Amino acid sequence: MDTELILRVYPFFIEAAWVTIQLSVLTAALGLACGALGAAARLSRLAIFRWIAATYVSVIRGTPALIQVFILYFGGPQVGIQLDSFAAGTIALGVNIGAYMTETIRGAIVSVDKGQTEAARTLGMSRWQTMRKVVLPQAARLMIRPLGVNINALIKGTALVAPISVVELTYTAQRFIGSTYKPFEMFLLSGLLYMVIIYVVGQGIHWLDRRARIT
Amino acid sequence: MSDQAFVTIKNAAKSYGTLEVLKDINLTVQRGQIVAIIGPSGSGKSTLLRAINELDPLTSGEVWLEDVQINKKLPHRQYEAHVNQVRQDIGMVFQHFNLFPHLTVRGNITLAPRMLKGLSEADANKLAEEQLAKVGLSEKIDEYPSRLSGGQKQRVAIARALAMKPKVMLFDEATSALDPELVEEVNLVMKQLAEEHMTMIIVTHEMDFAASVCDRVLFMDQGVVVEEGPPSVIFQNPENERTRNFLRKHLSR
Repeated sequence: MDTELILRVYPFFIEAAWVTIQLSVLTAALGLACGALGAAARLSRLAIFRWIAATYVSVIRGTPALIQVFILYFGGPQVGIQLDSFAAGTIALGVNIGAYMTETIRGAIVSVDKGQTEAARTLGMSRWQTMRKVVLPQAARLMIRPLGVNINALIKGTALVAPISVVELTYTAQRFIGSTYKPFEMFLLSGLLYMVIIYVVGQGIHWLDRRARIT
Repeated sequence: MSDQAFVTIKNAAKSYGTLEVLKDINLTVQRGQIVAIIGPSGSGKSTLLRAINELDPLTSGEVWLEDVQINKKLPHRQYEAHVNQVRQDIGMVFQHFNLFPHLTVRGNITLAPRMLKGLSEADANKLAEEQLAKVGLSEKIDEYPSRLSGGQKQRVAIARALAMKPKVMLFDEATSALDPELVEEVNLVMKQLAEEHMTMIIVTHEMDFAASVCDRVLFMDQGVVVEEGPPSVIFQNPENERTRNFLRKHLSR
């Protein structure tokens, strides 16, 4: 193992880790937005919304995320969507994880006991009041852990934008392998940094989950 | 006043596909009357109760509270606004309490009055204190439901329903999920409501309670009211064979 090489190149990897973090945060935010909308549509009274959301989920989950990234970045310009690689990567991955989050959020909402809705409706509360004051506060607690699983997956999934040249951790490892011929060290270094990011985020989720449980 | 129809059910029928769970049921409950609905499980008694506040709407027939038809056929938005309004007058207590676990006892009681009646925080708190005192749980006001016993939960659920100042209370097997030693405290609260002349419709398996508190008893089986009358008649001198069979099983325990 070439420790000297690692010490020499690690600042570039730190910079790349920062890009991975930015990608992850933006992807998670977009994913949560898509997931919230998707879940609302899946639970809508109107069949058309339910159908749109179900199609979204099955198309996205039925195709590789890498293909989705490629379609947006390489195929986009053909239909007039011109995005730089970072934007294309963020949007493709955000929309991708949003489909999984749709199911997570919907699952949490429907797993709140039906008696809760009945009790609230019986008091005279409307559908929306019931959702907002009774169901969602309980569902929110239930969705923290599974959303954590989604976020864990999306952080690792950001590696899929390496092929479209976003200078994140995986791309940076590949680039340095080209000049140093030391794939073991380079991949180890980027893998380690992924682990650090995931560990920190995992602790955050764990903390949130515990805090939500107490009240 | 007392002979005035308060809750009226006319020709109520309900079916799921080809399965008829309620068949042409008629029922008139007067103001201040306490009616028990008894019968084997699957007889349709809970379904009938839940039809009164549109939790399980009827397939056909009418439900009225005073001069308001509860199950009016209306376009969706108007229908929602209408049921939200009439449900405020109909309190309901469930077998499994259905307290809101993320809110304290106070929060459970004040949520709907604050949201739907625009009560100020101070007024809502006063209301919660009054209702809790009534069910004997004043000291639990800031507890979460998870810290209460089953009987206490059900008493809070009753207080929550009463806080909306309903005209009628529906009880759907309110003591069936309770440990035997906790049943009495809930029954006491219900008896107290009876003494205050609250109009009540009670689905129950407790024949003793029905006999001691109710003015009328309906025996239902297979979606029809088989027999009805004052408890003295239904429990001691039932006419119908099905009623007798049912009571033999339930009273011998």
